[in-house]
Amino acid sequence: MTKKELSVRAIKNGTVIDHIPATHLFKVISILGLDKIENQITFGTNLKSKQQGHKAIIKVAKKYFADEDINKIALVAPSAKLNIIEDYQVVEKKVVEIPEQIVGIAKCFNPKCITNNENMTTRFSLVEKSPLALKCQYCEKITNEAHLEVL
Amino acid sequence: MKNKSLVSITDFSKEEILRIVELAAEFEANPNQKLMDDKVVSSLFFEPSTRTRLSFETAIQRLGGRIIGFTDSSSSSTSKGESLNDTIKMVSNYSDLIVMRHPLEGSARYASEVSDVPVINAGDGANQHPTQTLLDMYSIYKTQGTLDNLNIFLVGDLKYGRTVHSLLMAMSQFNPTFNFISPDSLKMPDEYKLFLDKKGIKYYEHLEFTDIIEEADILYMTRVQRERFSDPIEYEKVKNVYVLRNSMLDNTKDNLRILHPLPRVNEIHTDVDANPKAYYFEQAENGVYARMAIMASILGLK
Repeated sequence: MTKKELSVRAIKNGTVIDHIPATHLFKVISILGLDKIENQITFGTNLKSKQQGHKAIIKVAKKYFADEDINKIALVAPSAKLNIIEDYQVVEKKVVEIPEQIVGIAKCFNPKCITNNENMTTRFSLVEKSPLALKCQYCEKITNEAHLEVL
Repeated sequence: MKNKSLVSITDFSKEEILRIVELAAEFEANPNQKLMDDKVVSSLFFEPSTRTRLSFETAIQRLGGRIIGFTDSSSSSTSKGESLNDTIKMVSNYSDLIVMRHPLEGSARYASEVSDVPVINAGDGANQHPTQTLLDMYSIYKTQGTLDNLNIFLVGDLKYGRTVHSLLMAMSQFNPTFNFISPDSLKMPDEYKLFLDKKGIKYYEHLEFTDIIEEADILYMTRVQRERFSDPIEYEKVKNVYVLRNSMLDNTKDNLRILHPLPRVNEIHTDVDANPKAYYFEQAENGVYARMAIMASILGLK
């Protein structure tokens, strides 16, 4: 049996975010602010995945995320799975969950909403997880999955 | 209620609505009370609305308050490109209360978050117009002697009409029966019917505007607007169907009152105006007392 080759090198300690849709890798990086931290980060994209065609993976050394931070990526990568690594071993697995309050991530679909006309942070409350429905705190309109745009 | 903004009718509890209605009656009995003589109110109309503005300004004047502000955005710094955030921050330093009308939906909620003083929403686009709802509630209370257990008919554009949606939400706390009369294309949206189902409130939908109104305590008429129809033929078909005429009122209940948020076009024939059941002009007058009550309670003066 040949040894399975890893497309992205293993990390000793840190967090692996796996099963990110390949199209949303850079959104995940930006939502988590990974482009602004000094940790060693390796990532791969357009990797073959049995479950979703093309996936992306991010490995962040010496970094552990709070649940509320990691849940921010749930809108763009609902299928993402986290592995917490210590000394090359997976010590914990996590899935992401859509938070009750969604702040600064989604765009309101209503062109007449103040959030689309003023430089400000969007805020939604979660009405329904599946199919996704978010209620804008400002114009009170519902943005659903079909109209969802991530900022 | 002191220092609380009024953005959406759901911001006020049943008790708070009742308190406003009772206070409005007090102000109607004694309209000139100089409770606000040391108060400055900002009246910010980013789009013109003469009826609402004059009603607020009358209420402020009767309470002895002073007004600063503008009547449309061309005479404000918005025309120079100032953000709503900056306008509100500045104005909240000058005044004790902000009354705001704005064409964008959600603008009033945002203003209430930015402002240090309470904000009263005088209409934010197609979203909310809670002082209209409270004056409607006061009109219903005044003419029926109660808000409880009434049979309320809503007629016309029930899809886009924000006044009927807000009234439905607020009246739902008082165990009403609703009857909806509208063309198929302007029916009450499902989200409101679901809301009524959850609360166990009875409602009936009708396409025809007929003698079923004989059961009504309140007949709330709205305008069917041409611009709501993508198909002009559809508009031509319905525009004269939902018109109230005096002859239709012969067998209606004595306590029936006809309300309309105004302006009316042709949906209430002028021959109704002389009928004692017509109440839309008094309703507009009630707006002044309702707004006096809202401002006095938000400023903690009553």
